[in-house]
Amino acid sequence: MDLNHAADVEAFRAEARDWLAAHVPATPLPSLETREGFAAHREWEALLHSARWSVVSWPEEYGGRGVDIEHWLVFEEEYWASGAPGRVSQNGINLLAPTLFDHATDEQRARVLPSMASGEVIWAQAWSEPGSGSDLASLTSRAVRTEGGWLLSGQKTWSSRAAFADRAFGIFRTDPDAPKPHQGLTYLMFDLHAPGVTVRPIGRLDGKPAFAELFLDEVFVPDADVIGEPGQGWRIAMSTTGNERGLTLRAPGRFLAAADRLVELWQSHGDPADTALRDRVADAVVGARAYQLFTWANASRFAAGETIGAESSLNKVFWSQYDIALHESALDLLGPDAELADGEWAEPWIFSLAGPIYAGTNEIQRDIIAERLLGLPKGRR
Amino acid sequence: MRFLPSEEQSDFARTLRGLLAASDVPAAVRAWGAGDHAPGKALWARLAATGLFALAADEAHEGMGLMPLELATGFVELGRAGVPGPLVETAAAAVLLTRLGDEAPAKRFLPGLVAGETSATLTLPGAGPYALDADAATHLFTVSPAGELRLAPGAGPLRTSIDPARRLALPDGGGELLAAGPAVTAAARDAADWARLLTAAQCLGTGEALLARTVEYAKQRTQFGTAIGGFQAVKHRLADTLLGLEFARPLLWAAALTLAPGEIAAAKLTAGEAAYAAAMTALQLHGAVGYTEELDLSLWLRKARPLRDAWGSPSQCRAAVLQERLRAL
Ligand SMILES: Cc1cc2nc3c(=O)[nH]c(=O)nc-3n(C[C@H](O)[C@H](O)[C@H](O)COP(=O)(O)OP(=O)(O)OC[C@H]3O[C@@H](n4cnc5c(N)ncnc54)[C@H](O)[C@@H]3O)c2cc1C
Repeated sequence: MDLNHAADVEAFRAEARDWLAAHVPATPLPSLETREGFAAHREWEALLHSARWSVVSWPEEYGGRGVDIEHWLVFEEEYWASGAPGRVSQNGINLLAPTLFDHATDEQRARVLPSMASGEVIWAQAWSEPGSGSDLASLTSRAVRTEGGWLLSGQKTWSSRAAFADRAFGIFRTDPDAPKPHQGLTYLMFDLHAPGVTVRPIGRLDGKPAFAELFLDEVFVPDADVIGEPGQGWRIAMSTTGNERGLTLRAPGRFLAAADRLVELWQSHGDPADTALRDRVADAVVGARAYQLFTWANASRFAAGETIGAESSLNKVFWSQYDIALHESALDLLGPDAELADGEWAEPWIFSLAGPIYAGTNEIQRDIIAERLLGLPKGRR
Repeated sequence: MRFLPSEEQSDFARTLRGLLAASDVPAAVRAWGAGDHAPGKALWARLAATGLFALAADEAHEGMGLMPLELATGFVELGRAGVPGPLVETAAAAVLLTRLGDEAPAKRFLPGLVAGETSATLTLPGAGPYALDADAATHLFTVSPAGELRLAPGAGPLRTSIDPARRLALPDGGGELLAAGPAVTAAARDAADWARLLTAAQCLGTGEALLARTVEYAKQRTQFGTAIGGFQAVKHRLADTLLGLEFARPLLWAAALTLAPGEIAAAKLTAGEAAYAAAMTALQLHGAVGYTEELDLSLWLRKARPLRDAWGSPSQCRAAVLQERLRAL
C-alpha cells in the first residue's frame, strides 16, 4: 500500500500547476448559469483545450493526453486548487463521452468528441421527463421510425444548461409495446436548434436559468446519431449513470480546495470560542480527505482491473451530503453577510442543495446500497 | 500509488479472522468481564503466535520492526471479533519501549510482550487517567508529564466501564523508575499516537461486526408478514451505517501509512463515530432483544461508546485535525 505518486505523475502535476497559474482568469468569470457566463466559460474551455487540458484522460486523437485515472485525479486537484472556473462542458465530458467510448461507432466518436473537447459544441442531458424522475424507465417521449432516421416527440425537463447548450443526448421510447418499461428504449443525440425543438429555460432556486424544458415535435434524428442498437437504450444509459455517481462526476480535488477555503474563512472570520463551528470546519477537512482516499482506493481497484459497481452510490451520497454541510458551515462563518446573494459562497451553497436530488436521488442511492451491497430484500420501486 | 492492502496484509487479516472465528470469543469476553481471565489469556497466546505483537517491536528484541499498517489491519479483526483485554495498551507499551532508545527496559520487557507471555497496560500524559485491565496485565507502566517512565507498584480499586469487559483503575503513584527525560516524552507521544491509531482500527472492526449482525437480523426478522430488511426506513439506516464505515477505512489506512498526528486523529474521529452510529442502528433495528445483555450483540454494543472516546475523544481529534491543517495552509 502506497500513497506516493510516481515521478511522472508529479511531473504532470507540476506542468498542470504551472499552466493553470499562468492562465486561470484573475477575476472570476460570471456564473456559468447565465448567458454571458456561459459564453465566457466556453472561451475558457477553448483555452483549456488549446493546451490539451480539457479532457486529459481521453486518447490523444480526440484532444486528450491519454493519461490514466491517477493522473486525472491529480489534474483535478490542481485544477480546483488553482481557483479555475467550473466546467460548462461537464455533462458531455462526464456523461456522454464515456458512453461514446463504450458504445459508439468510430465514426460517431470522430465526429462528436473533438468539438466536445474544445467547447465548440456543448451538450445537455435530456433524460428526465415531467412524469419520469426517479422512475426514469417510465419515460414516454418517443422516437418513431422514418426514412433514414427517427422522429422525436414529447417533453424532457430539468436539462442542465440546455438553455444555452448546442446539442442533447437522451433516451426515447421506440417500442411502446415492449413487455417491460425499460425495454424498447433507444439512446440518441439531437440538435437543440433543429426544427421542432422548443427550449424553455427554467429558473432554479436562485432564479438563474440553470436548466430547461425541451418540447419536441417530430424532431428528425438521422440513424447516424443513434448510439448502440435501437432498443438497447436502457442498458447503455445505465452504464453511464455509474460514471455520473462514481469516480468522474465529482473529483475529490474540488472538495479538498473547498475545505481549504473554508479553513481560511475560519481563520479570518472564526470565533475561537465557538468550538461547535470549529468542529464542523474540522469535519470538512476530514471529509475531503476521506473522500480523496476513498476515491484513490477505488482508482487503485480500477487500475488492478476490477470494476466499480454499486459502490458508486456510496460516493454519491457521501459527496452530496458533504457538499451541503461544508457550505452551510461557510454561511455560518459569514454571519450577517451570509445572505448576500452576490457573496462568494452564495451560489455554491445553492448549487450544493441540489446534490441529493440529481444524479439519482439519495433515497434511490440508499436503496441500491442496501440491496446490492448489503443484500437486503428488494423493495417496491 | 497503489492504495490497497497487499496480498500479505490481506492474508494476515484472513489468518486472524480464521483464528478468531474458530475461538469462542464471546465466552472469553463474558468470562473476562466476570474477572476470569483464563480464556482471554489463552486467546491472547494464540494471537501472539501469529506474530501480532511482534509488529510493534524492533528486531533487536525479537520484534518485526514497527509495522503500523499490518498491526492496524490486525486490530480491525480484533475489533470485529470483540477480543477483550489490554491489546491496544500492550502494543502501545511495545512501541514506547522500542522508541525509548534505552536498552535496559527494552531488553527486560519487550521479549515477553512480543512472545505473548506477558501483557501490559499504561497511562500516558495527555490521555485519560485510568489504566485498562490493570488487574489482568502483567505490567503497569506510567509516564508522567515530566517524562518519567515508571513501573507502577499497583492500582486502585477496579471500576467497570459501560462495557463490562473493560476494567479501569487508577495506577498507584511511585514505583520503580525505568527511564526519564525528553526521550521518554517523545516515545510516549509516539505510543499515544499508536494507541489512537489502533483504537481507531478496533472501532472500525467493532462497527463492521455490528453492521453485519444487524443486516443478518434484518433479513430474518419478520413483521407485518415481511422481513424488516425490506422496509425502506430500515434499509436506509443500514446504508448510512455502511457509508460511515466505508469512508473511515481509507482514513485508517492513510493514518497507518503516514503516522501523521492529523491523519491519525481523522481516522480515530471517523471510525469512532461510525462505530458508535453502527451501535445505535444495531440497537434500534434489533428492537427490545437488542436491549438485553443475553444477546451477544451487547458485547459490541457496549464497546462502541468507550472505544469512541478512548485515546482521543471526537472533540480532541477534531482539534488535532484543524490544528494541523491550519499549520499547513
Ligand atoms: C440541479 C439539477 C440538475 C439536473 N440536471 C438534469 C439534467 O441535466 N438532465 C436530466 O435529465 N435531469 C436532470 N435533473 C433531474 C434529476 O435527474 C431528477 O430531479 C431526479 O432524477 C429526481 O427526479 P424528480 O425530481 O422527478 O423527483 P421524484 O422522482 O418525483 O422524487 C421526489 C421525491 O420522492 C422520492 N422518491 C421517489 N421514488 C422513491 C422511492 N422509490 N423510494 C423512496 N423515495 C422515493 C425522491 O427521492 C425524492 O425525494 C436535474 C435536477 C436538478 C435538481
